[in-house]
Amino acid sequence: MTSRRQFLLLSLVATPAIAQLDPNIAAKRKASLEAAIRKVTGGKPVRPGKVTLDVPPLVDNGNTVPVTVSVESPMTAANHVQAIHLFTEKNPQPFVFTAHLGPRAGRAKISARCRIADTGNVIAIAQMSDGTFWSDTISVVVTLSACLEDGLI
Amino acid sequence: MAAVAVTIPKTAKRGEVIEIKTLAAHVMENGFRRTQTGELIPRDIITQFVCTYNGVEVFRAELYPAMAANPLIAFTTVATESGTLELKWTGDNGYTATHSASITVS
Amino acid sequence: MDRRQRLHGHAQRQHYRQLKVFALLLVAVLAHAGEIPLAERRSGYDFMSRETRSMQDDETTNPALFSLMEGETLFKTECASCHTDMKGVAARYPAVKRGKLVNLEQQINVCRTERQKAPAFAYESKELLALSAYVGRQSRGLPISVSADEKHLAAGRTLFERRQGQLNLACSQCHDDNWGKSLAGTPIPQAHPTGYPIYRLEWQGMGSLQRRLRNCMIGVRAEAYAYGSPELVELEYFLLWRARGMKLETPAVRP
Repeated sequence: MTSRRQFLLLSLVATPAIAQLDPNIAAKRKASLEAAIRKVTGGKPVRPGKVTLDVPPLVDNGNTVPVTVSVESPMTAANHVQAIHLFTEKNPQPFVFTAHLGPRAGRAKISARCRIADTGNVIAIAQMSDGTFWSDTISVVVTLSACLEDGLI
Repeated sequence: MAAVAVTIPKTAKRGEVIEIKTLAAHVMENGFRRTQTGELIPRDIITQFVCTYNGVEVFRAELYPAMAANPLIAFTTVATESGTLELKWTGDNGYTATHSASITVS
Repeated sequence: MDRRQRLHGHAQRQHYRQLKVFALLLVAVLAHAGEIPLAERRSGYDFMSRETRSMQDDETTNPALFSLMEGETLFKTECASCHTDMKGVAARYPAVKRGKLVNLEQQINVCRTERQKAPAFAYESKELLALSAYVGRQSRGLPISVSADEKHLAAGRTLFERRQGQLNLACSQCHDDNWGKSLAGTPIPQAHPTGYPIYRLEWQGMGSLQRRLRNCMIGVRAEAYAYGSPELVELEYFLLWRARGMKLETPAVRP
C-alpha cells in the first residue's frame, strides 16, 4: 500500500525527529577523547609500552569494572612515574581518574573501579619524570544486563 | 561523617612498599542520568583524594564521573618512618571524609 | 503386513495396564526432566568473571562493606539485648513461623513491631538491608538448610514453572533448561539465591532477593508481585529449598 510517494513524504517528516539524535556523536566523543589526551600530554607523542592495563575484556557489568594500571619503573627520584591517567573511548566524558605518584609511591600500581558505558577502548597513559608518555590500550566489550528494573523498585 | 573503609598495615619495615586500599561510601551520581520525566540528575561525585604521610603528600588522585559508586582506590607508598597517614576525600556539595592511621616502622 | 489383533483377554488388559504405568512414570520423569541434578548445581559466583569474584572474596573491599558496618551498628543497638549469636539463622529462612511462611526481613520486622514496639522497617530500606546483610553474614559459609513444607514448596514450584508476562517465559525455562547459555552476552545462571542481600553491580547498591525477583518479572514484561506478597515469599522459599546444601555467600556481589 505504501507507494513511493508516501514513503518519500514519510521520510521527510521523520528526518527532523531523527536529527535530534546527534548523528555525529561517535565523532564528537572521539574528538573529546583526543582533546583530553592532548590536554594531559601537551601534544607530546604517546608511545605504547611500559604500561600494563588490567581490565576484563568482557565485563560482567559496565557499572563497576575493576581496573589495575601498573607501570614498569624503578620509582627513584631520578626516574619515576609522575602520573597515571585513565580514559575511556565511549563514555560521555573521557576522563576516569588521574593518579599523581612520585618516588614515595614505591611502585607504580593503581587499582580502582570504573564505569564503562559501551564497548570500546580503555586507555591508560603514564606520565614519566623524564617528560615521556607511555600507554596501554585494551578493547573492552560491554553488554547490558539481561534483567533490568526500568526505574522501578 | 561520611563512611570510609581503609586497610593499612599497622607495622612495616623501613623501605618496604605497603599497599593501602580505600573504599568510600558515595553514590557517585555521574550527572548524565535523567529521571523518568526527563530531568537531568545533577552531578554529585567525589572529586579528589589525598594521602599525606607525616604531613607530606605522598599520593593524590582526581576522580571523574566515570568512577563507579562506592569508589575503590588502592595505591602504594614506601614505609619511610613511623607516624600518621592522613587520608582525605573531597567532593561536590561540600562532601568531605577523612581517615587517620598510625604506622610503626622499624 | 498382518494386522490381526495379537493380545486377547487377560494378556490384553495386562498389556494396557503396563502401558499406563509406563506412561505415568514417563510423565513424572519428564515433568522434572528440566530440574538440575543436585550434584550439578552451581552458584551464581561460578558464572562471574575473576574480577567480580575477587570483589566478593576480599572482605575489606567488598562493596557491601558499608551495609555490613551499618548492620552491625544497628544490631548492637536494636537487637543485641535479646539476640547474641545469629550463626546459622539466615540459612534457615524462609521458614514457617506461627503458621505463616516468612522470610528473614519479615521476621526482623515481626521482632521490631511485636517485641520492640517499634515501627517496621520498609522493604528495601537501608536499615532492613543492613540488618539482613549483617545477620546473613553470620551464616556465611554454612549450607542453606530451609525445612521442607510441602504445601508452600508446591506453591513455590508452581510459580517457578508457570509462564508469565508478555514474553511468556517461566523461570524454569531459563534457569533449569538453559542455564550456562548466553542471554544478550551474559551467561544465564542457575538462579540459586546463595548470597542475599547482594551488592548488585547493576544497581550499584544493595538489594534483597525480592528486588531481584521483581527485576526478572519486569524482564519478562510481567506485572511484578508487590514486596512482601505471599507469592514472592513462596518463590523465595522454593528457590532456597532448591539451593539446599549450597553454601551461603552473604553478602555476595553479582552483576
